[in-house]
Amino acid sequence: MKPELKKNVRAWLYLLPAVAFLAVFMVYPLIDVVIYSMEEGYNFASQTYRGTGLYNFRFVLRDPYFLQALKNTFIIVIITVPISTGLALLIAVVLSSIKKLRELYQTVFFLPYVTNTLAVGLVFMILFKKTPYSDGMINLLIKLFGGSAVDFIDGPYAAKMFIMCFYTIWVVMPFKILILTSALASVNEIYYKAARVDGTSPFRVFYRITLPMISPIIFYLIITGFIGAFKAYSDEVALFGTNLNAAGMNTIVGYVYDMLYGDSGGYPSYAAAAALILFAIVFTITAINLMVSKSKVYYK
Amino acid sequence: MKIRLEHLTKRFPNRNKKIKTEVVAVNDFDIEIPDGKLIGLLGPSGCGKSTALNLICGLEAPSEGRIYFGDEDVTDIPPEKRGVGLVFQNYALYPHLTVRENIIFPLQNLKGDKKLTKDEMNRKAEEAARLVQIENLMDRRPGEMSGGQQQRVAIARALVKMPNVLLLDEPLSNLDARLRLQTREELSRIQKETGITTIFVTHDQEEAMSISDMIVVMKDGVINQTGEPQKVYDDPVNLFVAKFLGTPPINVFEGEVRDNKLYVGENDILDIKGADDKKVYVGIRPEGFVLNPAGRLKCKFVRVEVMGRDTSVIATNEAFLGESIRAIIPTEEKKEPADGVVCFDVKPFKVLIFDRETEERIYFEA
Ligand SMILES: Nc1ncnc2c1ncn2[C@@H]1O[C@H](COP(=O)(O)OP(=O)(O)OP(=O)(O)O)[C@@H](O)[C@H]1O
Ligand SMILES: [Mg+2]
Repeated sequence: MKPELKKNVRAWLYLLPAVAFLAVFMVYPLIDVVIYSMEEGYNFASQTYRGTGLYNFRFVLRDPYFLQALKNTFIIVIITVPISTGLALLIAVVLSSIKKLRELYQTVFFLPYVTNTLAVGLVFMILFKKTPYSDGMINLLIKLFGGSAVDFIDGPYAAKMFIMCFYTIWVVMPFKILILTSALASVNEIYYKAARVDGTSPFRVFYRITLPMISPIIFYLIITGFIGAFKAYSDEVALFGTNLNAAGMNTIVGYVYDMLYGDSGGYPSYAAAAALILFAIVFTITAINLMVSKSKVYYK
Repeated sequence: MKIRLEHLTKRFPNRNKKIKTEVVAVNDFDIEIPDGKLIGLLGPSGCGKSTALNLICGLEAPSEGRIYFGDEDVTDIPPEKRGVGLVFQNYALYPHLTVRENIIFPLQNLKGDKKLTKDEMNRKAEEAARLVQIENLMDRRPGEMSGGQQQRVAIARALVKMPNVLLLDEPLSNLDARLRLQTREELSRIQKETGITTIFVTHDQEEAMSISDMIVVMKDGVINQTGEPQKVYDDPVNLFVAKFLGTPPINVFEGEVRDNKLYVGENDILDIKGADDKKVYVGIRPEGFVLNPAGRLKCKFVRVEVMGRDTSVIATNEAFLGESIRAIIPTEEKKEPADGVVCFDVKPFKVLIFDRETEERIYFEA
């Protein structure tokens, strides 16, 4: 055997466990999903189907529940990703510029990350939910300032969406702050000194030096933020309970789940089709992100 | 622009917070730097060179003392208003910007009536680039250039605003020997062409001696001596300065002044006048030895070493402090003594003596 070939064989041998694992738990299910999505009228119990084609996709795309979920997901993505990233950047910058009690603030901002989502959800309920006994803390405040109480959990769509986005931002921000604080700390002090000698204004320092230098990290946060937000589900459950369709707050992943196991469940084909649509959306958005970043992100 | 430092002192709290004593990085600097000259600030690592530079450019505030540029007191003026250009030890070029953008960067900061149009900025950037001969690299990023090229970009960026004072912190430390030689000549040329008062920091004495109009030798935050390089070399005020300047370094012996004679060990090597009898350190420059079979300084011969154009005799002596004596001799005299003893006469003006306690220079007449 040629040494080159031998080396290759050995490399593949080392990769085998990982490849086998990925094949069984990732590649096979992926292919299976594609197959499911093409089988019309698949029946779980009898394991039979009528025929193949794009019927499932057509059904899903006409299903008002799916369209509602699609709309909800997009709103959550478009609102929470930019706001949470921007806000995290702002907080990280402020955190890095203060000296006193910095560690304390960092811990405070990081707390939500180590707190259970459902526990946070409960706290939000207490803050926002209207019950026969109380209107919730926030409503008390609103009333104090002369507004009228709103039911954030069972009330109008806009109120529910507001609280949903608020909650999502609250949950995803600590991680972003943590990453951005360390990114800011990794920018060499010397550039700031050079900029100071040259009389650069603080805004320009931020815009022309800091931002480009941490742009790979920001970009990473945006991409993972998009992907994470498109996969939103558990946060919705934490706020609105498991019957998301009834609340009108379902998401795509929620729809997939419902189609499989929910009250109206038992339709793996519809679930598969919805999952593939989600995949196509995430894929497209990530591709666009990558293309935009080529011209905007500076890599060392 | 003339620079005057008056009792300039900088103390840092100790980095180890448990130790209460302060670090005095710069201790009572009191010098005047003449206009339009190239000054070498010289000293061993950690002696406070960078700190001194940071004080002059305003990145650090002094604990005590004043700084004057010309007649203006700039001590409380922020760096951007002092009109200084600074080249950092590791250049600090913005890695995400091209050479052109790097050079233009300081110009874009100008505000109010100093504001320039795009064309003016480009013209000035190109002028600066021409000065350091990097016109053909304008669209590269710093990462795509050699150390020497980066250094020139850093100088161009510091020069583009035509500062009153140019400060360079060990600008050549990252370059290889040949490039360092070439770049330091260039630095000298640029300084002469622009006539900007320039202070450059180095711990390489040869570098400082070769291009400076004046050197400032410092140790532990204190200025030991200032003056023209050759003057300081020939006439150091103490043992530290004598040891710090010169390659190969000065040979230091334990010695004694007795009855108007200078002794090294048992050998009286020189008749001297005007120095009191006491134990001293005797420093002899490598070029201060003259081979003479009847010479007064007897040493044990080790070997002859030829390095490039220098031929030196390596020898040892009981009274010598260090590994081996190095005496530079004319190449044609190179031959090994039969009995293993090599004898020298010494050139009186290459012999320096220092007090044992204070290490201060003791002057004498030959
Ligand atoms: N910010 C600081 N805080 C505390 N001590 C400092 C600080 N900056 C410098 N020092 C101390 O001051 C002394 C002088 O430091 P400086 O950086 O000026 O030395 P240097 O002569 O430039 O050395 P090198 O040749 O290694 O660059 C050192 O003992 C250093 O530890
Ligand atoms: Mg230094």
